[in-house]
Amino acid sequence: MSTILRFSVGAMLSAALMAAPLGGAFAKDKVKVAFIGPLSGGNASIGVGGRNSAELAVKIRNADPKAKYTYELFSQDDECKPNVGVQVATKAASDRKVVGAIAHYCSAVAMSTVDVYHKFGLPTIVWGAVLPDITYGNDYPEIHRVNGTMVNQNEVAADFMTKMGFKTWVILHDTTDYGKGHNAYFSKFLTAKGGKVLATFGVTADQQDFTAELTKAKEMKPDVIYFGGLTPLGVRVRQQMDKLGITAQFEGVSGIVSSAFLEGLNPKLSEGIIALREGAPVEKLPGGQYFMAEYDKAKFDQGPDAYGPFAFAATTLLLDAVEAVGPNRKKVTAYLGKVKDKDSITGPISFDDHGQNTVAAITKYVVQDSKWVLWEDSEYASGQRKLVGR
Amino acid sequence: MDLLGQYLVNGIMLGTIYALVAVGFTLFFGVLDVIKFSHGDVLMVGAFAGFTAVVGAAWLGITNPLAQLVASVVFAVVGTAALGAAIAKWLILPLKNAPRLNILLVTLMLGTALREVVRLFYPDGSNPKAFPALLPTSAWNFGNFTLRADSVLLVFAGLAVIVGLHVLINRTRLGLAIRAVAQDEETARTMGINYTLIVLVTFALGSGIAAIAGVMNGLYYNEVNFGMGLLLGLIGFSAAIIGGLGNLYGAILGGFLFAGLQMVGAVALPFASAYKDVFAFAVVIAVMAWKPTGLIPERSSERV
Repeated sequence: MSTILRFSVGAMLSAALMAAPLGGAFAKDKVKVAFIGPLSGGNASIGVGGRNSAELAVKIRNADPKAKYTYELFSQDDECKPNVGVQVATKAASDRKVVGAIAHYCSAVAMSTVDVYHKFGLPTIVWGAVLPDITYGNDYPEIHRVNGTMVNQNEVAADFMTKMGFKTWVILHDTTDYGKGHNAYFSKFLTAKGGKVLATFGVTADQQDFTAELTKAKEMKPDVIYFGGLTPLGVRVRQQMDKLGITAQFEGVSGIVSSAFLEGLNPKLSEGIIALREGAPVEKLPGGQYFMAEYDKAKFDQGPDAYGPFAFAATTLLLDAVEAVGPNRKKVTAYLGKVKDKDSITGPISFDDHGQNTVAAITKYVVQDSKWVLWEDSEYASGQRKLVGR
Repeated sequence: MDLLGQYLVNGIMLGTIYALVAVGFTLFFGVLDVIKFSHGDVLMVGAFAGFTAVVGAAWLGITNPLAQLVASVVFAVVGTAALGAAIAKWLILPLKNAPRLNILLVTLMLGTALREVVRLFYPDGSNPKAFPALLPTSAWNFGNFTLRADSVLLVFAGLAVIVGLHVLINRTRLGLAIRAVAQDEETARTMGINYTLIVLVTFALGSGIAAIAGVMNGLYYNEVNFGMGLLLGLIGFSAAIIGGLGNLYGAILGGFLFAGLQMVGAVALPFASAYKDVFAFAVVIAVMAWKPTGLIPERSSERV
């Protein structure tokens, strides 16, 4: 090879090498944020709705020319199982490019992953899990939550149901932290309001057959069967109530406020079911119209479901933090710790010293013609339809 | 008293499903001395096949519930029987002379593979599917006791399958051949019985019955999911063991016994019903310690 040829090859190579970093300097730096939720299994419709909403927030930010970074959503499936949750949380937290996480709908999963986020110093915003201990059971500065807890939810539920004139309850709850929490808070508030719990049954989170528990419940003739658990079990319990001819009012918790719950039941069985959830429904949220318009524009193959707006608000908040202080986990954590009255589509967000958002509104839902309808807007409130035994 | 009736009906329903699963375990063990751990997942495949047939029938415009039901059962049984025969031909027969532990492990892995295949490749497979109610839903109320037409039909269908199997094993030439192979493979071969064919037929039979149990399960709970075979398989196996592995009547007894134990565990015990499975399986352990060969042991001279 001649010297000239060798030189020219060398020159071309070095030119190519120099061009690469130069080209990169014009593009924005890439920042990854993690989304973790149940993308498969019985709670997948909530999880996918949340994931889509988080993705929407990232898309909107990436389209904004003023944004300093390009964001990428690193979405992971926790399958609503604590062991899987710890795995994917570790995967996200140990990835140095991930600056923060929007995590968890299932409380039992969140309870087992908060330690992981703390250990790796990953700022995390919970978007759907409602067990109080996730924020109040530790002093981890990394953990925040935009949605409310089950404490307020059950307090309002107990108050509402006793005022409706219901007197006696049988409680079925799953034996995870989530179901046990609902049972504990609801029982406490209910007894204080003068309601009576006739019996309490703990059931495993993947149980198929409830006929034994329900037959026993039937014997006690309660006014209401309260179910503390998530959608898949809720569907089975309601179905088997019907098989045993139990006509009591069915009352659920925020874990069954999902479109999958209504799809799993025939309209005759879901009619008149009551469940409460923290936060207002999307159309009543301050930014609800904007959110739904953007969501529809993005053409996802399914709706945001009950907790999508929270996932959207959490993601937006996290991206705001990165924009303000840069992609640094410690700085983002410090920024989130100081959030007060920050505007979001779910209303102003203020974190208390445990990172808990102080959302007040609890929404009462009733199923009317296979749809979750606000109690105040329903034909049940106006007296056109009646709850069982009222 | 009416409540007792309700518990009894619930228990009989569960027991019928368990017995149908246990019968499969016992058939395979009787004929080939193997334990096929993928049986529960084969049942799940059967349930999904039945569900697919219902959806397919609806898509083709067949709306008559009876026609849908027939399509569901036929498709599930034929498909799952073929699957069972294929498992026997390509997985179990080639390993016949290998240590028995190998077959146990291979079928255990096959079960996991089947489960994951349905979860990953069936459309939206990781979500529970709402199995349509194809049976009449009328119910009779006697105070606290509600008897539903669909439960009664399911129990009778299950019992009919068990009786049919009994007749098949004891009254037909095919049954005679199965019994002959179960007793002594070598002699059966010299008497001109096609050994391989009989083994395949037995596996097809056991798997077909599992498919019926799967569809029954779907009709009863109005739900099928990819993980349903796991616990059902374990319960069916335990039922076959306490009844006496290899004995048909033992399996049926075991199935009803296990359902009874779960009922007692949930109802009569003072502590929370969450422990009913703990209780039922603990009793299984105790029975195994007391009678290691099961309540009705397999007679060495007459299997199946």
